[in-house]
This record gives sequence, C-alpha cells and structure tokens, in this order.
Amino acid sequence: MDDQYLLSMSNITKEYYGNRVLKNVNLNVKPGEIHALVGENGAGKSTLMNILFGMPVIFNTGGFEGQIYLDGEPVTIESPHAAMDHGIGMVHQEFMLIPEFSVTENIKLGREIGESNALSKIFGRLLDKMDWNQMSKDSRKSLDSIGMMNIEEYAKVAGMPIGYKQFVEIAREIDKTGIKLLVFDEPTAVLTESEAGRLLEIMRLIADKGIAIIFITHRLTEVMAVADSMTILRDGEFVARKEVGETSLANMAELMIGRKVERLVEDELLGQRELFDDRIALEFKDYSVDMPGERVRGMNVKVRAGEIFGFGGLAGQGKIGILNGIMGLYDTEGEVISFGKTLDLSKLGEALRNGIAFVSEDRRGVGLLLGESIERNITFSAMQINNEFLKSIGPVKILDKKAADEHTKEMIKLLDIRCTGPSQVVGSLSGGNQQKVCLARALTMVPKILIVSEPTRGIDIGAKKLVLEHLTKINRELGTTIVMISSELVELRSLCDRIAIVSEGKVFDIMRPDDSDVAYGLAMAGVREEVR
Amino acid sequence: MKTLKTFYDNIGLPRLIIALFFVLLIVASILLGFSPSALFSDVVRRWLMYGTLVLAMVPGIQSGIGLNFGISLGISSGLFGAVLAMEVAFVRDWNGLYGAGSPWMTLGLALLLGIIFAAIVGTLYGMLLNRVKGSEMTVSTYVGFSAIAFMNIVWLSLAFKNGELSWPLQGQGLRNTASLSGSFGGLLSNPDVVQTTQPEWLHWLAFRVGDFTIPLGLVLVFGFLCFLVWLFFRSKSGIAMSGAGENQLFTTSSGINVDKKRIQGTAISTVLGAVGIILYAQTYGFLQLYNAPLMMGFASVASILIGGATVKRAKISHVLIGTLLFQGILVTALPVINEVVEIGTLPEVLRIIISNGIILYALSKTKGENQ
Amino acid sequence: MKQKSNVLNKVGSFVFDNKVMIGFAIICLVAIVLSGSPMTFIVDGVMTRITRNTFTVLALIIPVIAGLGLNFGIVIGAVAAQIAVFWVVYWGFEGFGGILLTVLIATPLAVWFGYLVGKLFNRMKGAEMIAGLILGYFADGLYQLLFLVVIGGIIPVNNPKLIISGGVGVKNTIDLTGNLKYAIDSVRMVDIVTVLFYAVLAITVIKAILHLVKKYQLKRNDLTLFGVSALAFGISYIPVVERFLSTDRLVLLDAFTGVLIVLAIIQIAKIIKSIIDKQPAAGIKKPVLLLVLYGVLYGLTFIPAIEEVMLFVKLPVLPFLLIAGLAWFNQKILSTRLGQNMRTVGQSMSVANASGINSDQTRVLAMIISTMLACWGQIIFLQNIGTFSTYGAHTQIAQFAIAALLVGGASVQKATNKQAIIGVILFHTLFIVAPQAGKELFNNAQIGEYFRVFVSYGVIALSLAMHAWKVFKKEVRPPTEGSDLISSKPPEISEVVNT
Repeated sequence: MDDQYLLSMSNITKEYYGNRVLKNVNLNVKPGEIHALVGENGAGKSTLMNILFGMPVIFNTGGFEGQIYLDGEPVTIESPHAAMDHGIGMVHQEFMLIPEFSVTENIKLGREIGESNALSKIFGRLLDKMDWNQMSKDSRKSLDSIGMMNIEEYAKVAGMPIGYKQFVEIAREIDKTGIKLLVFDEPTAVLTESEAGRLLEIMRLIADKGIAIIFITHRLTEVMAVADSMTILRDGEFVARKEVGETSLANMAELMIGRKVERLVEDELLGQRELFDDRIALEFKDYSVDMPGERVRGMNVKVRAGEIFGFGGLAGQGKIGILNGIMGLYDTEGEVISFGKTLDLSKLGEALRNGIAFVSEDRRGVGLLLGESIERNITFSAMQINNEFLKSIGPVKILDKKAADEHTKEMIKLLDIRCTGPSQVVGSLSGGNQQKVCLARALTMVPKILIVSEPTRGIDIGAKKLVLEHLTKINRELGTTIVMISSELVELRSLCDRIAIVSEGKVFDIMRPDDSDVAYGLAMAGVREEVR
Repeated sequence: MKTLKTFYDNIGLPRLIIALFFVLLIVASILLGFSPSALFSDVVRRWLMYGTLVLAMVPGIQSGIGLNFGISLGISSGLFGAVLAMEVAFVRDWNGLYGAGSPWMTLGLALLLGIIFAAIVGTLYGMLLNRVKGSEMTVSTYVGFSAIAFMNIVWLSLAFKNGELSWPLQGQGLRNTASLSGSFGGLLSNPDVVQTTQPEWLHWLAFRVGDFTIPLGLVLVFGFLCFLVWLFFRSKSGIAMSGAGENQLFTTSSGINVDKKRIQGTAISTVLGAVGIILYAQTYGFLQLYNAPLMMGFASVASILIGGATVKRAKISHVLIGTLLFQGILVTALPVINEVVEIGTLPEVLRIIISNGIILYALSKTKGENQ
Repeated sequence: MKQKSNVLNKVGSFVFDNKVMIGFAIICLVAIVLSGSPMTFIVDGVMTRITRNTFTVLALIIPVIAGLGLNFGIVIGAVAAQIAVFWVVYWGFEGFGGILLTVLIATPLAVWFGYLVGKLFNRMKGAEMIAGLILGYFADGLYQLLFLVVIGGIIPVNNPKLIISGGVGVKNTIDLTGNLKYAIDSVRMVDIVTVLFYAVLAITVIKAILHLVKKYQLKRNDLTLFGVSALAFGISYIPVVERFLSTDRLVLLDAFTGVLIVLAIIQIAKIIKSIIDKQPAAGIKKPVLLLVLYGVLYGLTFIPAIEEVMLFVKLPVLPFLLIAGLAWFNQKILSTRLGQNMRTVGQSMSVANASGINSDQTRVLAMIISTMLACWGQIIFLQNIGTFSTYGAHTQIAQFAIAALLVGGASVQKATNKQAIIGVILFHTLFIVAPQAGKELFNNAQIGEYFRVFVSYGVIALSLAMHAWKVFKKEVRPPTEGSDLISSKPPEISEVVNT
C-alpha cells in the first residue's frame, strides 16, 4: 500500500440485509491535510464513517468487505474504543457533552486521570482518586492550542453559545494522546456564519499540527475555502478523488449529482393538462415552522392547481418541516393559503378540513396506528374530520362497521395492498404495504391537494414504482394537486412539473425536471449561479 | 407449530401459569370435596364485585395514561358519595318515609354524588397527568396514596349523625367499616336481602338455583357498564381516544386534541372507579374506609394485565378474563390451601406475589420493546 | 444599595432553592409549638430516630447520582438484613459478635440482590422508580412466603420462641432483647478507640510493605494518620480519659463540645498553615469567623433551657460514628473514577457510552452499593429498636427514607449528605410531634398521625410530579432526519413484501 497516506480505506463494500450501500469505495487521506468527503444524503458517507469507527451496527449486520490501512499497515477496527486507540477521533454534530459538567469534566469524559492509591491497587482503577489539578491543566493546554483562550476550563458547559460547545468537543479530541485523524461531521451546520468562519480557521490550525482531518459537509463553498483534497461519493459508489486546486464548484456539483434521469412512470397524458399561473392551489407566504433540525424560515412559494410540485434539498434544510407545520405537529408562522382561503394552522385539523390530505415521512411514528387494523387506519381521519363511516344512534355517533369494511376492501383492491383482510394489524405489514395504507388514508379524504413526504422511503423497488404511478394517476385522472417532498432528486425529476430546492429553510430556486445536473448540484449545495 | 408459538407469545408465560394454576385449583377443590356450586357462586360474586373497578382501567389505558394506579381518586370519590348519601338518608329518615324504596334512593344518590365528585377530581387529575407525560404511572401511584391519606383525615374529621357510619359516643370520625345492611347492601346481589326487603316483583334481582346463587341484578348492571364502555370505544369520540393512546402524533395530525382526549379518558376511568367501589360495597355489604382501598388500584391493574392487556392496549375481554382468573384463584385457593397446609395467610401472600409479579412483568415487557 | 439588593437576591434564591425544606421546617415549628411537648422529649426522640434511620437514608444518595432516581428497591436490602437477623437469633448468637455474623451473612445476600435488581432496572430504563416500588411489594411477597411457609414448612426449624405454635412459619414479632438489642449502640468508646488504633496500625503496616516492594509511595498523610491514632490510643490509658471513654453513651453536651473542639482544632490548623505559607490575609478570614461562630454556639449551651436538653439526651456512640463514616464514604466514592462514571451515567447514558463508560455496569454497581448499605442500615435499625416485627419492619422503609430525603430538599436527580441529614431531622421531628399537635388542635391524636402519613406520601407525589414535569418540558421530539453518522440504528431498508 502507498504509505504516503495516513489512512487508506480501500475497496470497501457493505451490505445491509442484501441491500448494497457501499460498492468498492476508496478513501485516502494524507497526514496533515484537510480532506473533504462530499455526497448527497444516502451517498454512503455515514456508513463509511461507521466502518471507520467500528460501530456495532456494522458488525451486527455482517461486517464489511475491504481493508483499512493506517500508516500503511492493515488494521482491523472492531469497536469505537479501538478507533480511539488508533488515534481516530470525531467531532459530533449532535454534541456529546454533558451540560451540567464543567469544560474540564467534559474534555476528560471517560478518560479521567486518576491517582492510584492503596485501595485502587487492590480493587482496580475504578477506585482511583481523580486528579482534577492535572486534568484542568491538560484542558487549558488543549483549549489554548486551538486558540480558545477565552473559554474558562472550569466553566459549566450549560448556557455556552453553540460555537463554544463545538470548540469544547474539538478540544476534547485534541487532548486525546496520539490523535492522528479527526473526523468533522457537518460541523458548520449548526453554527452562525462568524462561528463557522472561526471553525474553519481552527481546522486549518489543527491540520498544520500534522493531524489529518476528514471534513464531511454539504457546503461546497466551505470545501473550496478550506480543504486540500476531496473524495466524492454517489449512491454508495466512489466517484473521484480530487485535489481542490484542480477542480471547480461546478465540476464538484456535477460529480455529486450526475446520473441518468429517466421517467419512472409511463405517462401519455403528460402535457395535456392545463396549468394556469393564476389558479393557485397552495401558497406559502413567509411560512416558518419551528421544527428542530428541519426549520422552515420564511418560505414563499406558489403551487398551481393541478400540478405535481416537488420540494427537494438536503437533510436538515427544512423541506421536512413544511408538511409537519401543516399537519399541526409544530408551531408555524406566516400564511398558508389554499385556493384563496388562509388556513389557521393553530387549529388542529385545519388543513384536513380544507381538503388537504397528507402522507407523513415518518410512517411508523406519525403515519400509522401500528397496533390497529388496516380498516381503522384508513378510515380514521375521514371519520374524525368528515364524519364518514358513522351512523347515529340518538345523540351518539357509532362506527358504521359495514361501510368502513366495504371502503377498506375497495382501497385494498385499488392500491393492491397485500394483506389477509381489512382486520389485519398494520404493524405486521411490510413497509411498502404500510405506505399504501398511509396513501389510502389520505385518498379516503378525497383531497383537493395531496402532500406526500418521502413517499418511497424504506420500501422496495416494486412498491416504489407502484406508489409513484398511483400518485401520477390521481393527478391525471382526478386533477388532484400533488405536493411531493423527497430527498431523492431522481424521483422528483421523474414525476414533478416543477421542483423547489429548499436551502436553509427557504426556497433557494425553482427548477424544471430537465435542468442540468450541474444546476441541481449547485442548487442543492446552496451556491448561487453568479458564483459559477 | 408456528401458530402455537404465536399463541404462546400472545399469552405470555405468566398468564399461562396463572391460568393453569386456576384450573389446578378448581380440580383440587373438587377432588377435596368442596361443593362446586358454592365455590362457583363465590367466584361469580367476587368476579362481579371487582369487575367494574377493573373495567375502570380500560379508558385509562386506551387514552394513553397507562396503568391507572390513581384509581384511588375515583374510589375515594365514590366512598365520599356513598357516605354522604347514607347520611342524607338517615337525616331525612328515608327508611321511615319510603320503606323498600329507600335503599334504591340511597344507592342512586350515592352513585350520582360519586360520579359528580369523580368527574371533577378526574378532570383535574387528567390535567395533572398531561403535565407529567412519560411518568404517569410513578406519579399516579403516589397521587393515589396521597389521596387515600388525605381522605383518612377527612373521614376522621367528619361529624355524622348516622350511627352506622360514625363511632358511637364520639362527636367526630367515621368507622373503619360501616355496615350497609340497613341500606343498599346486597340490593342487587344478595338473595336474602332481596327476598326479605324487596317487593315480590323484584325478587328476580338475586335468587338461588339449588346451591348456586345468581345475582342477576348485579350481572345486568355490570354487563350494562361493559356494554357502555364497549359502545363508547366504537363511537367517534372513543375511536379518537384510542388513537390518542396509541399514537399521539398520528392523532394530532388527524386534527384531534390529544391532551383533551387524555383528560376525558382519565375522567371516565375515575368515574368508573367511583361507580366500581359503590358496586363493590353493595356486594360486600360494607363500606370500607381509611386504608382499605390503598392497594385496590394494584389489584385492578394486576387483574387487567392477567387478562392480557398491556400498558398501552386493553379490551373488555381482558377485564372479564383477568378478573375471573385473579379473583377465581384467590377464592378457590383459600379453602384448598387451608385443607392442604393450614396456613391461613398463604392466599394473601399469593395475592401479593401474583399481582405484583404480573405488573412487573408487564413493565419489563413494554420498556424492553422501547430499547 | 446595590449590595443590599444583591443580598436580597441571594436570600431570595436560597429560599426558592430550598422551598420544600423551608416549608417543611415551618410545618415542624408550628407542630412543635402546637404540641406543647417538652424539648427534652422532642430532641431525645429525634436523636433516637436519627440513630435508627439516617444510615438508610444515606444509602439512597448513590442511585440518585447514578441516574436511577429514588431507589424504592431498598426494601430488598432490608429483607436481606432480616433474613440474616432471623438465623443469627435462631442459632443463638449474641452481642457484637452476633452483629458481625449478621453482617457477614447479610452482605453477600444484599450484594447478590442488588446485582439482580440492577440487572432488572437495566431492562426498564426510565421506569426504575415504579419498577422499584412494585419490586419492593413483590419481594415482600416472596419474603412472606419464605418466613410463613418455607421456614418450618420445608426447612425444619424448632424453636417455640420464634415459630408459630403449629411448627410452620415465623412469629409476628421476634424479641431481640438479650441477643442483638443495642449490640451496636452499646459498644464502649474505649473499645472503638482500640479497634481503630489496631486497624490503622494494620493498614499502615500493609502500606509500608507495599512501599517496600515499590508498588506504593508512602505519603506524609499516612504517617500523620498513624501518629494521630497512636496518640489517641495512648491518651485512652490516662485514667480520667479511660473512665470517660468506658461508657457507651455520650451526653449530647459532651458530644457537642467534642465536635466543636475538633472543628476548632481543624480551623486553627488552617490558620497556622496559612501563616506558614505567608498568605495570611486571604486564608485567615474564614477560619477566624468560624472560630467565633463555634464560640457563640458553645456559649449557647449555657442557656438553661438548652443546657437542660443537652444534659438530658444521651447518644449511642458507634451508630453515629457509622453514620458519619457513611457520609464520608458517599463523599469519597464520588471523588473516584467510579463516582465520576456514576455522575456521567446519571447525566446521560448515551454520552457515557460514547465516552467508553459501561453505563449498564455502572448502574448495577450503584444498585449493589445502595442495596448493601440499606441492608446495613436495617441491621442498625433493628438492633436499636429491639423488637423485630417480622412482617412489618421492612414494608415502610423505602417510603419513609425517600420522604425524609426529599424533605431535606433533595430531588429525583440531586441528593447530598446534607439534605439527607436535614431531611431525617425534619421528617422525624414531625413524626414525633404530629400526634400530640393533632390532639391539641383537633382534640384527636389520630388526625396528627394521619397527617404525617399524608405528608410522607404527599411530599413524594409532589417531588415526582415536579420532576416529571421538568423532564416533560425539556423533552423535544428529535428531528426525523439529520445526521445519523454515529447512530446505532441500521438504516431502514426494504422489507419483503407480504404475500
């Protein structure tokens, strides 16, 4: 093996239950360089890092193929602890900090320095007395070395600005003896602009000490600004390793996205529909949703009646928040106007009452009553909102079992839900059939607008095609306006009339399905065309 | 083979053991020469006696608050209603004025007052539980204990005129157990009471066929309550409540206020608790005050779990089966054990082990799944 | 002006932080005044109850710190103690030797029980408290089965004093008079000094040997400790001192004076040290103030009313030393790696695991320690109370210990030695005066009794509810998508289509 590299992961292949997520991927990092690892969601970055850190999830699912070399020597990393011993550290996106502890305690977490005493000689290290003096000295040194003179080592972490917490995490990794390689997992995602700038400086500082850095990010501009080289992954495959100097933003974007787009759905009726710019089905005005991790921040967009409109974008940028706000699960601000009527989203069920039905991205968490029958799932919303499937006995409304049963059977037939009958418990269905149940529930509402979020996540290819085909059919035959939120660009581009790319909680750009890969790549990365 | 395994998984080892144990006890008692009809009469009586208290668990579990250890609040409300009704009956001399109708009026008033108190208390309690989501069971256990302790002070401070209720020669404080024999005790279930105090046309309420006692009145009342709860969970409102208990996010996204549903569920559970204790006292013939109801919540919880309910889901059939098994074991164990080993307290020990064992088992099941 | 508002703020936040404790102190004061009981009676009663109960309350602290909440499962430790006590009494052992044997039998039992409880709690993370409560009842059932059926029924035990006349099952109460009663309370001070001296001697010798084989560096502290103990041992041979030390009870006044003297010596040592280190101004202020305070406190004992109480109350020496020892142990264990691991696990299990700490193991250790301490606490309790109520002695132990701890201002997530001790004092003061207060106020002593039961349940209910509310408010639904780089869940994958 070429020993100019500190880390070489060569020909890594990984399957989860027969589903290949990494195919012959190579990752090579030199000592003291900042190496960016870029790719869309699902490109395989997470899995690759899980392998590097020897996470249990890898070994519980049958391990991986390929070989890892450190300093040219083949190594096996079978646990996170082993990774630590090899001098590999990680700065997590969700901080591994304990707010109630001091900075020193957090830096030394799990690696406390102990003074041995007579008791610990007999009963083991657990009874070592803690040497806080030495530990605060170490922490100070490590904080100073990344230029964080103004963080007090004895201060509590709770209440610190987010940027500081990140620096404490970095200081902890630096403090580990023999650290050679540091992985930064989307470190700038949660930071303000000035904090992010400061972080990039610190990364440079660390790299200059000879510690290699793997920098995982979606922000291509940051890659250009700070990285020395990069590896690009796409759909679990290795695309290229490039020196930053030899490439451009557009080039990077194209490599990240580039793949053939084919229409997944046969469709003769495309183009025969008439869409008018003044017939608006759904309009968002300064729409914000306070959903942690997926915030929408002042979105403005109009969806025309009868079209299939897509929302794409990277994870964490806010596309998921759009539907969750409408469903009433998170607080919203601004206006949502449906066919001229402003919705009052603070009232539960407002969207449903106004002819908007939806399919949540969180099928098991939000979309289904897993312990209940197919029938109960499909009829629930229509019963509660439209008083369907009920018969009155005096003042009380009782379930009309016969009507519900008939309707459910109809839906099972229509969507080809594979089950033993309407009374089968939804939790025992396969993912694809569960998704069809979700869709059936939405269709039972006979909506004017149907919002589907990640409709094909976690279902097999056959079911995927069926779901997408059915969405098109509903749109063409019933004229239902469809809003589709998805992380899979291919899926959006195969189906939608227009696609809005969401970045930082706003619509970054509205694109046509046949726009170039470069354009999509740059839009996803949040880079303006002027930069091109 | 596979179906056998699913069958076993659905039932669970503890339930299987308990059911087999029950069968064993019945066989043993018959072999030992106990009169089956007397034994069965007793089992049926106890089954109906505890039934409503166990039924009260259903709305709690279905609405998502889990095992309602705080049923003591409903029990206290019911007891308070009963005590007040008896005092009113005594002060107004209903016995003298209305004769055979008087127990009915007392029972009616007791139920009415109990339901009103329970509805108020249950609503407040539901509001509390909405603030402690995720720890309902721990909190409700101690809220229940506190309620009983508080009621102890109340019982001790009440100065009633009815001699059945208050200690003789003392201006203050109620008895530990107040006899209902002059009032509504046995009105629906005891043939002796019904045959002697009630007019001929009501004698069908409780009668004997040979050795076997049929408390038809109580059967009808309990059956009616079960039917009401069953019907409720087929109504629009009840279906929404089940949804709230099963998946809060799903239900919220369908436009239902989950917190409101939980409060409703808690209130209904509490009301059923109040009705339950009055029916219990009616069957038993005595009102038990002070610490007697302290652990009744545990017995109810254990019964429904034995019947097959989980911390999240419960059905009427769980109530019926669970109460039958649990009470059945306790009733049959007493004579059998006395015959075999002569340790009088053993059934009590058995009760403690079975009820807490099954609760522990249910808790470990649910939390294990979450991980 | 500014300083004044600062002081007001401090007082305000002190009152707010200690609202439970202060509220309870007020209730106690009112009850004391209402009851009109003489102070000698109250203080004597409270001191007796401190002897009996503090050890158990202190056993609750470690699980709180390790994030297991209030350990309702200490009942199981008490059960272990009671099983041992029964057999020791049955075999006829007496006195301090009997106690040692009890500890010898009970400890491994308690460790094993604690291990099982810890394992069980690891399967029910987040529901430890309700599980512990139910587990307590369940264990009580098994215990009754053992004592009612197995003993005499299966294991032949023949002793008409202990066994119900039929020959099966243990009697309701076992009289400990003449065997274990006061076996710990009545150890003479001079014996304690002697034993301590030999213990220190042995430890020093071992350390010296370790020093010789170069595994351990002998420190100045080791030698000082030996010197002090040798000195104490020597002094105990002076006739006056020997006569004083040859009793097992200490008059409260003497104990108080003794503690003040020791504290004063420590402060004087600090002053001398800071003078030697040549930084007098900063180092001296606090010790001098404390010295003055001690002086004032000592002066207070000359007030006749206080002096009367101080002379009336007599303390058993060894239990108090054991309590002090446990408080010291709690303090010390927290300054070890184990303690730091417990604190980390208590704050966040996921962060602890990610940092290489085995959180499950740490939790099991915490439960073992707590169960063992509770077991010892129950032994102290039983020997002091003198009658062993076979089926009742353990049933309320968790209830009362937890209530006491909470009254002292502890919560589900935070508990200290200080809170435990203040809690025991306040809670048991109320226990002693409530019936009399009830009698004076309502002409009914029972109301007072029910009131104290209500308070003990109520304070737990309140504390649990406040904790749950806090947790619930903090809880935010995690984002449905986002970085799952280091997550333990495999990505959701296609499932086979059902046919």
